Amino acid sequence: MEAIKTVALAKKYKDVVAVDQLDLQIDQGELFSLLGVNGAGKTTTIKMLSCLTKPTSGDAFVGGNSIVGDELRVKGMIGVSPQETAVAPNLSVKENLELICGIFGFLKEETRKRIENIAEQLRLHSILMKKAGKLSGGWQRRVSIAMALISEPSVLFLDEPTLGLDVIARSELWDVIMDLKGKVTIILTTHYMEEAEALSDRIGIMKDGKLLVIGTARELMQMTSAEKFEDAFVRIIREAQ
Amino acid sequence: MRTLTFSKRCAREILRDPTNLVFGLGFPIVILLLLSAMQANIPVSLFEIESLAPGVAVFGLSFMTLFSATLVAKDRESALLQRLYTTPMKATDFILGYILPVIPISVGQSCICYLIAMLLGLPISVNILFAILMMIPISVFYISLGLLCGSVFNVKAVGGICGALLTNLSAWLSGVWFDLELIGGAFRKIANVLPFVHMVKLERVIIGGDCTDVWTHICVVLGYAVVTTAGAIILFLRQMKRH
Repeated sequence: MEAIKTVALAKKYKDVVAVDQLDLQIDQGELFSLLGVNGAGKTTTIKMLSCLTKPTSGDAFVGGNSIVGDELRVKGMIGVSPQETAVAPNLSVKENLELICGIFGFLKEETRKRIENIAEQLRLHSILMKKAGKLSGGWQRRVSIAMALISEPSVLFLDEPTLGLDVIARSELWDVIMDLKGKVTIILTTHYMEEAEALSDRIGIMKDGKLLVIGTARELMQMTSAEKFEDAFVRIIREAQ
Repeated sequence: MRTLTFSKRCAREILRDPTNLVFGLGFPIVILLLLSAMQANIPVSLFEIESLAPGVAVFGLSFMTLFSATLVAKDRESALLQRLYTTPMKATDFILGYILPVIPISVGQSCICYLIAMLLGLPISVNILFAILMMIPISVFYISLGLLCGSVFNVKAVGGICGALLTNLSAWLSGVWFDLELIGGAFRKIANVLPFVHMVKLERVIIGGDCTDVWTHICVVLGYAVVTTAGAIILFLRQMKRH
């Protein structure tokens, strides 16, 4: 069953076409990566799917709900971890999680249970009482993902989740994302080819707002006769020029 | 529920920032103590506690603009607002969540200012309670101005505009430190068009118990509070839509 379906989804900013007639289907439980060079339209696509930006034309359906006509329902079933860490710096990690629980209307006991679960799942116990703003970049990303997950969304958007992290922090975050695979539909944008290759079920490559190709990492490598996924990506982008 | 949750978070962010405590609470208290000590050692009546305390209490509220503007600007820059825009929170939750928690903080600051003033010799009377009550519309003006600035400017600009420019405007054009009548001319005219001097006069007439012009000042203060709040709502919604 599909978790996301876009129908001729488009976004224009004055004369610039950020996303051009995007038709895409993402299955439930799938980890789908959107790749592309800067300005390809990845973030705009995520912004539209998470109701941050209205499409100029077309529509998209998240769990069968339109992002144009049923915004509130869509917002109730998604979790977003933006490019920036987006945590409340003077609040502890626990308070940050309580903030999101309160916004989703969970009562005290429910909030306590959810925090316990997410702390277990993302191994946050050691930092629960620490101020979020004082944590390292890697931990802040993890908290950011926990905040996106605590409402138990059916779709999780991860916008460049490992940007600026060191090798160890990135590897730890990959483990977290791997653990989530199959439990929640994940849409991931990244500039790191090895990240997309290692984590994704399927990959879509965008350029100038258009979706050029879609497939598994292996399929895209076969399609371009490339031995490395990075080479496949470069060939696909170059051929589109 | 959502408004309350968000309000609680905003209050925590403000109260846990030590800089806010130093400027919001420490600075007005230091001014009160310093100028009262100065008054005790000069022969002329320059900083009598009856006129100094209301002025400093109003001046202290100008820091609320800095607090709320910084909070909104930081939330925008850190993408926390972007995250929250993807939740079921509505525009009213955000606007009330930013404004409401700063009102009790402002009232608390005013209470402390008047309490210190009482220790320094301000006669204890029921008028002080009325003066604190009138601090609410004054604080709404300053908080809304913060929401407005935070919706438009980045953190750095907010520091300059609200931290330096507004506090200076609020100090010089309010008649807290000197009688505006002594300067007169364009300076006095400009000061009378702006709300700061009316806020200070409103507090002074309430404390003094001579309420002849009280309604003029109340109308100016309420007018500015309503217009600023409307402007803040429009500009916040505009930046929200831009996201």
